[in-house]
Amino acid sequence: MSSQIEKQWTTRLRKRVAGKLPPEKLLPDTQPVYVASWIYVFGVATLSALAVVIGTGCILAIKGPQWWHGSGYGLFVNSLHLWSVEIFFFSMVIHLWGKYFMAAWRGGRSLTWMTGVVLFLTSIAAGFTGYVSQSNFDSQWISTQAKDGINATGAGAYFNVLNLGQMLMWHIVLLPLAAVALTAIHVVLVRIKGVVPPFEENVAVEVDQ
Amino acid sequence: MAWFVSLAALLPLDNLGHYIHWHFIQISVSNLLVVILMICTFVVALVAPFPGRRSRKEDQ
Repeated sequence: MSSQIEKQWTTRLRKRVAGKLPPEKLLPDTQPVYVASWIYVFGVATLSALAVVIGTGCILAIKGPQWWHGSGYGLFVNSLHLWSVEIFFFSMVIHLWGKYFMAAWRGGRSLTWMTGVVLFLTSIAAGFTGYVSQSNFDSQWISTQAKDGINATGAGAYFNVLNLGQMLMWHIVLLPLAAVALTAIHVVLVRIKGVVPPFEENVAVEVDQ
Repeated sequence: MAWFVSLAALLPLDNLGHYIHWHFIQISVSNLLVVILMICTFVVALVAPFPGRRSRKEDQ
């Protein structure tokens, strides 16, 4: 009976997850001393900005374009959505620069790096579809300027920038789902592999071995 | 709301943006300012002391 339980996919999955990511690794009490630097604040700032982007986006989705264009409170939430995106990209780029100069893909962290790269590209697409979903003259101008370039790539059938409904669905369903999923994977990978040590620490480890 | 409108009137938001051209590079002044601000923030993040770092080192 116990061997049957051992073979269950739920048992095997639980053991695998618990082995890879025990609770003390998922939510650690302490971090290595080299993590005490302002450069690490920007990863968390990116996450916080993403939470505000999603939250304000949900309010905009409930209230609709007439509200966000025509009322004072709507304009305020619309501006919060825009400026949290600005902080999101600002923080993410500084996080990216920091990680690039640390060569943060070292020590088996290539998947962490690559999920960050794909997340960056996904965020650019999400930002672009946001600009063309504003439902104003600005969004009309941007979409007509972009249509030939996008259609030349062959993506026009699934990503037609003149199709407001399609762009809005990309912006509020598909791209946020991808961005949040990639963020979750990225953070879990950071927890599994830990923060990349400085170059000197690596040398010390190699000498010790 | 009135104070906000009068504050916004101080900023010339209805004008065309200013652009900088240098060979094939063309960038708006506002975007260039953001890039410069990002570089400055990056440098400050590298060199500014992080609160509590000394006590953490002593603990170890």
